[in-house]
Amino acid sequence: MADGIYRKILHARLRGQLSYRGSFLLDCLAQAIAQGGELVVILVLFNRITALGGFSVTEVLLVYALASTAFGMSDLFAGQLNALPMYIREGTFDVLLLRPLGTLPQLMASDLPLKRIGRVFSGLVVLGYALLHNDVVWTPWSVGLLLVTPVAGAVIFSGIWVLACSVCFWLVDGQELANTVTYGSNTFTSYPISVYSGWLRRLMAFVVPGAFVAYYPALALLDKTDPLGAPAWLGWVAPLVAALVAGLAGITWTFAVRHYRGTGS
Amino acid sequence: MIAGTATNVVFGLLRMAVLLAALDAAPGGRIAGYDVAATVTYVWLGQGLLAFVVLWGDAALANRIRSGDVVVDLYRPWDLQQALLAEDLGRAAYCAVTRLVPPVVVGALLFPFRWPTPERWPVFLVSAVLAVLVSFGMRFLVNASTFWLLDNRGVMALYGVATGILCGLTVPLDFFPEWARFALWFTPMPAIMQSPIDVFIGHGSLWLTVGHQVFWAVALFLAGRLALARAVRKVVVQGG
Repeated sequence: MADGIYRKILHARLRGQLSYRGSFLLDCLAQAIAQGGELVVILVLFNRITALGGFSVTEVLLVYALASTAFGMSDLFAGQLNALPMYIREGTFDVLLLRPLGTLPQLMASDLPLKRIGRVFSGLVVLGYALLHNDVVWTPWSVGLLLVTPVAGAVIFSGIWVLACSVCFWLVDGQELANTVTYGSNTFTSYPISVYSGWLRRLMAFVVPGAFVAYYPALALLDKTDPLGAPAWLGWVAPLVAALVAGLAGITWTFAVRHYRGTGS
Repeated sequence: MIAGTATNVVFGLLRMAVLLAALDAAPGGRIAGYDVAATVTYVWLGQGLLAFVVLWGDAALANRIRSGDVVVDLYRPWDLQQALLAEDLGRAAYCAVTRLVPPVVVGALLFPFRWPTPERWPVFLVSAVLAVLVSFGMRFLVNASTFWLLDNRGVMALYGVATGILCGLTVPLDFFPEWARFALWFTPMPAIMQSPIDVFIGHGSLWLTVGHQVFWAVALFLAGRLALARAVRKVVVQGG
């Protein structure tokens, strides 16, 4: 039954967005360019230098493209969680609780901002370019890795999104704090982690497992040894990390919703 | 406010790491005259200016046009553009304390930071105010486009994206190739963020930078007047 309902909800959302065609197309374009913002930084910097953190321009572009595609897909489904503080403050979260459907899927289906496909699109274009210009050894394994990586990355990003937004159940105005790990991870994962140092790297690469979104899989695809000395098998464990993050996010969400008290009246 | 500053700090750390890694790989450890101290100052001042000049744009007027409430604003015995400008200057003054200073303090305390020479301080203040005026002029025009488009979210989104890249927030405009820099200085984009930063760290000609800002502040204000006058005469506002 639930499947039918979600299909109807999403269908309605899609039709709604297309009612202002011109604005929608501009929005799509803006999203694509927004995701390309980091690309401009990379190209401008490599206009002046030949290597960043021990990586050439095409290698950095591969890391950026994998991260970008994953973030775009995650934004499509989990980006709606940014509206959670509004639901909590206005008390409309009660409505979600009353319905015989899960709160998290309801929130995710509260919108399907098609414009964010622009982000995935720009990620895929750069990915195509990066794959053509890097020496990737094509085996069934590397093809499999290439297909799994963006999906695992998207699950990791979405899990981070859920975990970070769960904070809003305690801190109603926690949205901006959540942004530091969600959008912050988008920026972080766009570069090889050898660019960062100290606790910033430890926090964003391993506590928030950003290194598994693009960096380690890209090393495996390029068959390159990690300048930081991490073992090569780390490039293959992104799906496991994704499953772990998703599980943790699910548990935290359930716990957070149980804590929810409503705003009264 | 604290959450907002926390976001600025995290993004400041990320930006700084990438730019410093680039400096590390550049011959002589400098790119386009930026050494470590100039880069650090650039990053933290940029994170502070971000909210001060509302870099991504706002939608207050656009929403009132969409809902039709703008009719009430136009009835009032004031000049709508000047009233909004006064409101924006007040907001900026508040933001200067709550959002501009904290990231700069963080950067100055933790990293090699370059303060301007004493005689540059007054010019920096003028330049910062001009940045708000130019930003206001652009945002007013973007918002006013709703009079014709009814739904201007697309324009708004494009504006937010363009300013992020072209105003000098993510990478100093001096790093851009020659032709891009040449083209950019014909637009008001650098005046919002790169200009006050240039004045602060002592890059480029002081008077040329401020003159460019003055030109765009005036030009955009006049363009906004013209747009509003035309909108009021021609457009039928939706709603009761």
